[in-house]
Amino acid sequence: MNLIENISAFQNIVYIASSILFITGIKMLGKEDTAVKGNFLSALAMFIAVAITLVDIVNPLLIIIGISIGAIVGSLIALRVKMTSIPEMVALFNGFGGLATFFIAWSEFKSIPENTFQYMLIMITIFIGGVTFSGSIIAYGKLSEKLTIKKTSIITKLFTTIFYISIIYLVYSISLTNIFVPTFDFFTILLILTLLGGIGFVLPIGGGDMPVVISLLNSFSGIAAAFAGLLLSNNVLIVAGSLVGASGLILTIIMAKAMNRSIGNILFVGYATSSSISKSEETGEVKPINVSDAYLILENASSVLVVPGYGMAVAQAQHVVRELGELLEANGTEVKYGIHPVAGRMPGHMNVLLAEANVPYDVLVEPDDVNPSMDSIDVAIVIGANDVVNPSATEEPGSPIYGMPIIEVHNARTVFVLKRSMSSGFAGVQNPLFFKENTRMLFGDAKESIGGLVSEFKE
Amino acid sequence: MEVSVMEVYILLGFVLILSIYLGLELISKVPSTLHTPLMSGANAISGIALVGALSLSPSSQLQEILAFLAVTFASINVFGGYLVTNRMLKMFKKK
Repeated sequence: MNLIENISAFQNIVYIASSILFITGIKMLGKEDTAVKGNFLSALAMFIAVAITLVDIVNPLLIIIGISIGAIVGSLIALRVKMTSIPEMVALFNGFGGLATFFIAWSEFKSIPENTFQYMLIMITIFIGGVTFSGSIIAYGKLSEKLTIKKTSIITKLFTTIFYISIIYLVYSISLTNIFVPTFDFFTILLILTLLGGIGFVLPIGGGDMPVVISLLNSFSGIAAAFAGLLLSNNVLIVAGSLVGASGLILTIIMAKAMNRSIGNILFVGYATSSSISKSEETGEVKPINVSDAYLILENASSVLVVPGYGMAVAQAQHVVRELGELLEANGTEVKYGIHPVAGRMPGHMNVLLAEANVPYDVLVEPDDVNPSMDSIDVAIVIGANDVVNPSATEEPGSPIYGMPIIEVHNARTVFVLKRSMSSGFAGVQNPLFFKENTRMLFGDAKESIGGLVSEFKE
Repeated sequence: MEVSVMEVYILLGFVLILSIYLGLELISKVPSTLHTPLMSGANAISGIALVGALSLSPSSQLQEILAFLAVTFASINVFGGYLVTNRMLKMFKKK
């Protein structure tokens, strides 16, 4: 055995150790008590795998420059980003991971694939990596609200068509082998179509469906890395990539279940065209309330459930919400927070916001835990949530959101709905909750309204 | 002993299938508090593409550029991903 083989064998042994650390790390990341340690173990695994790979690199200078730039840019973004911008940040990092695999596969293609397997793997890795990248960039644009192209716009339809064409072209590219190489530059066309296709994949999906897309893109970036691992015959890439692919898939399924919709329906149909929207115009009156009346009711409440939604994130109201919660508790009221899995724009969005505002996570409850005892809750405060508290989901079989599990705040004794105006939620469905006998509407900016309640309490 | 190309890929495919299965089993029950950190932490792990980028052996200028870009972007993913996850996890605490 020569020295090169020795190094490569040793690297593979270290990769096994690194894989075990990754597996342990991601397992611990799924439990509250061990999550911090899990993240650390996975970072350690990454460090070990990278370090042992660096042992026999060809061009150390260039690589050190690349890693340094990545380290500086990545750390700066990560440490300076506001917690409210986390969804778009995750989307952005995700896209960069996909882009890296895209480049890897591209470079491998230029080495001239040795066999048909390798050739097919290159095509697939290019496609998944490229779609992950451009899709994530679009998701970033949508989440940071820099990109506002409507689902119905002609641009969206054009890109969606390109997405389907790119899939067909991928199949065509795979079916070509080294023996039969076409005269035109089919590979460059594949690169371009893939990137444009990724745009078309995410562009028609928006608003409340964002958590599903983000988890799915997360899963894709892992699968892309795993395929790059197959391509390079590198086990640690396969193991780590697969773990990411699996965790992203699980989150995607959890999100889809929380909306009672299939993944296919979310990706390819969307709300706008799902079933015939029964516009059951609610009759009845909306009963507004002002801050001081709301305060009087809250002061006498013995249990309060706060149900936050995307509106809380937009108004950045999480800190005043925590303050109100503390004042209520000091007043002898039991305060809980009802968190719907798809509230917000990414999985766990509300949890992160409330954690940022120092709300302890053991007062956060899920719909299944709180719904059975809802009638014992004195006041439910809905802050910028709409579809996740829409009673149509349980009461109206014709409604597009019928069957979606919701937080049944309408069963509480009194419901306060904090809302800027009477517009309907993302699903475009009118919300009968606003017209219920026990509902009071507190119109205005959520942060100001809650702030008003806080100062009433302090007086 | 000569190992055929086919055998190598079957072996690698075996690792792939088992790892995905293992992942699905390990993470099947995640409390909703941890949905974002898990996603972000997994995202950092997908930066493992860095190892792939490092193991490339470029022989042309285009390949050198591609390898350099792959290393840079994967590094952003790795560093950014782990730091953001750590920052987020530190905010979660019990009463």
